Amino acid sequence: MDLLLDAVVTGVLLGCFYAAVSIGLSVSFGLLDVPHVAHPAFLVLASYGVYFLNDSYDIDPLLAGLLITPLLFVFGLVAYRLYYETFERRGSDAGVRGIAFFFGVAFIIEVLLILHFGVDQRSVTASYIGKSWRFGDMRIPLRLMVAFAVAAVLTLLLSVYLSRTFMGRAIRAVAQDEEAVRLMGANPVRIKQWAFGIATAVLGIAGALLIIVAPVEPTLDRAYIGRTFCVVVMAGLGSMTGTLIAAIILGVSETIVLTTFGASWAPAISFALLLGILAVRPQGLLGRRS
Amino acid sequence: MKRSAIAFWGSAALFLAFMLLTTQLITNEYPFFAGYVILQFIVLSVAWSILGGYAGYVNFGTSAFFGVGVYTAILLFKAADAPLFVQIAAAAVVGALLGFAVGLLTLRMQGIFFSIATIALTIVIETTVTNWRFLGGAAGIQIQRPPVMAPFHSYVQMLVFVQALLVVIAVAIARYIQNSWIGRGLQALRDDELAAECTGVPTLRLKMVACVISGALMCAAGAPAAMYLQYADPASAFNLNYSVSVLAMALIGGTAHWIGPVIGAILLGVTQQLLAVTISSEVNVLVLGVMLVLFVVAAPEGIIGLFRKRRRAEGKT
Repeated sequence: MDLLLDAVVTGVLLGCFYAAVSIGLSVSFGLLDVPHVAHPAFLVLASYGVYFLNDSYDIDPLLAGLLITPLLFVFGLVAYRLYYETFERRGSDAGVRGIAFFFGVAFIIEVLLILHFGVDQRSVTASYIGKSWRFGDMRIPLRLMVAFAVAAVLTLLLSVYLSRTFMGRAIRAVAQDEEAVRLMGANPVRIKQWAFGIATAVLGIAGALLIIVAPVEPTLDRAYIGRTFCVVVMAGLGSMTGTLIAAIILGVSETIVLTTFGASWAPAISFALLLGILAVRPQGLLGRRS
Repeated sequence: MKRSAIAFWGSAALFLAFMLLTTQLITNEYPFFAGYVILQFIVLSVAWSILGGYAGYVNFGTSAFFGVGVYTAILLFKAADAPLFVQIAAAAVVGALLGFAVGLLTLRMQGIFFSIATIALTIVIETTVTNWRFLGGAAGIQIQRPPVMAPFHSYVQMLVFVQALLVVIAVAIARYIQNSWIGRGLQALRDDELAAECTGVPTLRLKMVACVISGALMCAAGAPAAMYLQYADPASAFNLNYSVSVLAMALIGGTAHWIGPVIGAILLGVTQQLLAVTISSEVNVLVLGVMLVLFVVAAPEGIIGLFRKRRRAEGKT
């Protein structure tokens, strides 16, 4: 029973972290319908950026994440432009080739990271890494608490941005009916480009959390394809609240399976959940369309 | 028989005769080690293209089928000492069944959902095999090759010939599908699934047929790999690199005609073999990624698309 409680608490904390790494995808795939399979690769790339700053200039990982955020924003703008010019504008068959395109990009990032940093695991140093808090019998690693707090703030900020600000509402409008936005005299492509930029910029902090929670390696993105897409699809495409709930469900299921069956089953959990959801309730928990 | 059919079967027979002859004449083993991999990728990409090319369903589960093929062979070999032919046949049957199951589960989804679901299946199957003690688990399993059969001198040469046979079978099936009503139906549903359904094309049934055939061929191609490597572990047998390589080969060659994946597999397979020898396997993956992105952006119809465009341009002038 204690073990179960422990698993649930850790799972909730882990879930919030998963929400932070998935929320960018929730915008790019959930709202903009971009088959962004390279999202986890961008995430790992951001983690290596944080690692680089932390390792060579001794900057706190979270601060480093903030520092690379503008860079990532521009990177996202460029990436969407490229995707739009080559696929969306030409229209037909964008789905098939779009996925292939992003997979190619993910592979290129993976290999460049391997060539530059090697295949070894990398981690960062900060005062809050390696310590843990005690609550009675329960011990919670402080790094998970930091990830939880930052992730919660990040998710909240992004959902407020999308529902309260003018630009955020414009992004949701594009997601709902692109043609109508065009008729209102706005340029849907520029809005989508902006949204994709935001979705990528968020990865700065998410990448910092990723390397705070556990060491990273170049091919880590493959495991996160399952986790991020599982969360976004379970959430119902484009729902921010749903993203948080879905991520917590994933986090709790992972820790429970981990403590009962062992770590070797861990990679399959997110993918199995994803399959189940696609088969049973493809519109997700809080879907935006049927 | 039509003239094109005579030409096709003639060249297939020539190809097999040539392969048989080389196994008798060349004693250096290295060309066979390299050639085996290229032939294996031809089978895989031709098989992939049956569902991915004709029907437009981007399957990322190639590594799942390949890995299941490998482990079916190992299971049969370990449990019953089954000969190579039985291993391959059994793998084909298992592949067909798996293709049927995958189809039931995923073919109602479209676009990226189908692709993501196939990745998910790969990981789920890989994890199951990892936790299966009898098959060696995560550490992998080693197997001893049985003695080679006449007229071959070494086991690898025999495997090359077997894989060449599989190439002919796969291409013949792909060619048959392309020219029959199945292929036309698949192309119709690729262009517009709803319109195809409305005009009476049994879309779901056609997709299932494509998935079953493609799965059976992929598993069959994977089965001899166990004997080729004499070793298998889940992380490499189910590696996502297989899925992306095969997808890249098919897209680079072009998926409108069966010759496309063959060209793509030969081109990319030879390049990769050369790079792996001369530089490193990381650069290999880099080249794969760059070529995939370049072709998808600049030549969406692949190499055969480029040729067709040129021919059309020449026809106009």
